[in-house]
Amino acid sequence: MISMKEVWKKYPNGVMAVNGIDIEIEKGEFVYVVGPSGAGKSTFIKLMYREEKPTRGDILIGGKNLAKIKERQIPLIRRNMGVIFQDFKLLPSLSVYENVAFAMEVIEESKANIRRRVMNVLEIVGLKNKARFYPHEISGGEQQRVSIARAIVNNPSVLIADEPTGNLDPDTSWEIMNILEDINNRGTTIVMATHNKEIVNTIRKRVIAIEGGRIVRDEAKGDYGYEK
Amino acid sequence: MKSRTLVRHVKEGGKNLIRNGWMTFASISAVTVMLLVVGAFLLLIMNVNHFATSLEEDVEVRVFIDLIATEENQDELYSQIESIEGVDSIQFVPKDEGLDSLIASLGEQGDIFETLRDENPLNDVFVVQAENPAETEILANEIVDLPYVDTVEYGRDIFEQLFAATDFVRNVGLALILGLMFTAMFLIANTIKLTIIARKREIQIMKLVGATNGFIRWPFFVEGLLLGVLGAIIPIVILSYSYRSFYGSMGEQTGLDFFTFLTPNPILMQMTGLLLAIGAFVGVWGSMMSVRKFLKI
Ligand SMILES: Nc1ncnc2c1ncn2[C@@H]1O[C@H](COP(=O)(O)OP(=O)(O)OP(=O)(O)O)[C@@H](O)[C@H]1O
Ligand SMILES: [Mg+2]
Repeated sequence: MISMKEVWKKYPNGVMAVNGIDIEIEKGEFVYVVGPSGAGKSTFIKLMYREEKPTRGDILIGGKNLAKIKERQIPLIRRNMGVIFQDFKLLPSLSVYENVAFAMEVIEESKANIRRRVMNVLEIVGLKNKARFYPHEISGGEQQRVSIARAIVNNPSVLIADEPTGNLDPDTSWEIMNILEDINNRGTTIVMATHNKEIVNTIRKRVIAIEGGRIVRDEAKGDYGYEK
Repeated sequence: MKSRTLVRHVKEGGKNLIRNGWMTFASISAVTVMLLVVGAFLLLIMNVNHFATSLEEDVEVRVFIDLIATEENQDELYSQIESIEGVDSIQFVPKDEGLDSLIASLGEQGDIFETLRDENPLNDVFVVQAENPAETEILANEIVDLPYVDTVEYGRDIFEQLFAATDFVRNVGLALILGLMFTAMFLIANTIKLTIIARKREIQIMKLVGATNGFIRWPFFVEGLLLGVLGAIIPIVILSYSYRSFYGSMGEQTGLDFFTFLTPNPILMQMTGLLLAIGAFVGVWGSMMSVRKFLKI
């Protein structure tokens, strides 16, 4: 599903953020990416949806090599994956419904399809009754649920999340995790960078630890492994 | 692109226009001022062109044929002139016809010349037109050396000065129009850029959910187009109205009988089309320039 081979990333300012990562992630897996601040987790995640281009190495997702594709093909790659952010990245001028629908408008779906599918995913994340609300009118946890709905609305095969619970209180974080587990159980591959020790140690999944841009640990049903 | 997507883009573009209130107003004003000047110059240039063309049609070399020339000599001269490079047409005016038009041009007084009909003192004439009116003089100098040519006549200095003057007006006008277009383009690009900085995050999010650059650009294209077209309306109305009343008060008279002003139709239609096209071009170009660098995510 996802495979990285000898991937390096050097930022234009000279920082070596990823230093030779090799990894295979199978379809349907749930993977935590952990590690100290500045270890390169976000960079690793950004390489997967091609916000950053690798300096060296190959990144194969669904048969396409992200290191080699043309600029024009990037949108097409992204349509096959959902991305969730710590700061939600919702469009403030659009309602909950419109924010989710937007990801389908982009791929020119019909109005009828959009309506059916958007209401469907809003139900999955438990926000059907807030479809007309605007982002500033709902809580942080609800905003994150909207962004999850947007990420899965096009049935992506991979869901990538960078600290999706980073801005949320513990209760809300568990709600979000339940939703993500649910989505994973439906067959979607999930890669999630996190600092949340409790979650990693409770909902046991594969754990990849990154330090200094290298994978230092890779365990099935691993634990968080850091103090905080 | 599917039609519902196009509808979406047009709606978005219109919405952005309204949402950006003052910026929209500033951009439209820039286009309006630019097109007012451009339009005024267009009308001037079109009239000058018309002037120059009617002038050019009048430019001809009259070749007076030697009285002793026989018909064969004349034929020979004809083919010699014909073979000169740059000759557009040659028309033969026999001396009888020349007398006719002389008599006609003198009116009643001309009647006394009727008596000359039998011993017509006038020459047969070839009227030669140059392909390029500006080269009339060169042509005349070549013809005057041919055998059986008595004299040649053509409008000399006055024409040259007029050609120089019309060329000058044309070139200055064009330079001014181009300069103004670029100024307006940069003004629009800058105002739209200000509004885009506010929308930078929005564009970034669009790209992250898989929007193509084209998808993001379209509403900006519509926005630029609308800015340009809206900016063209006031200049079109003002200039059309002014030209009509100017023409109405002047009539075709310019004081120079060989020059008339162009009638409001069709040049006001042409001007309207051109101003709309220039406005649209400037608006779209400015808008596209400003969105370009925000697409690299
Ligand atoms: N756009 C960038 N340009 C230059 N350097 C960057 C950029 N993004 C990250 N870095 C650097 O790359 C290294 C890894 O950063 P990254 O954001 O991947 O870490 P992280 O593991 O996500 O950290 P955190 O847990 O704090 O989010 C850091 O040294 C950081 O300063
Ligand atoms: Mg990070």
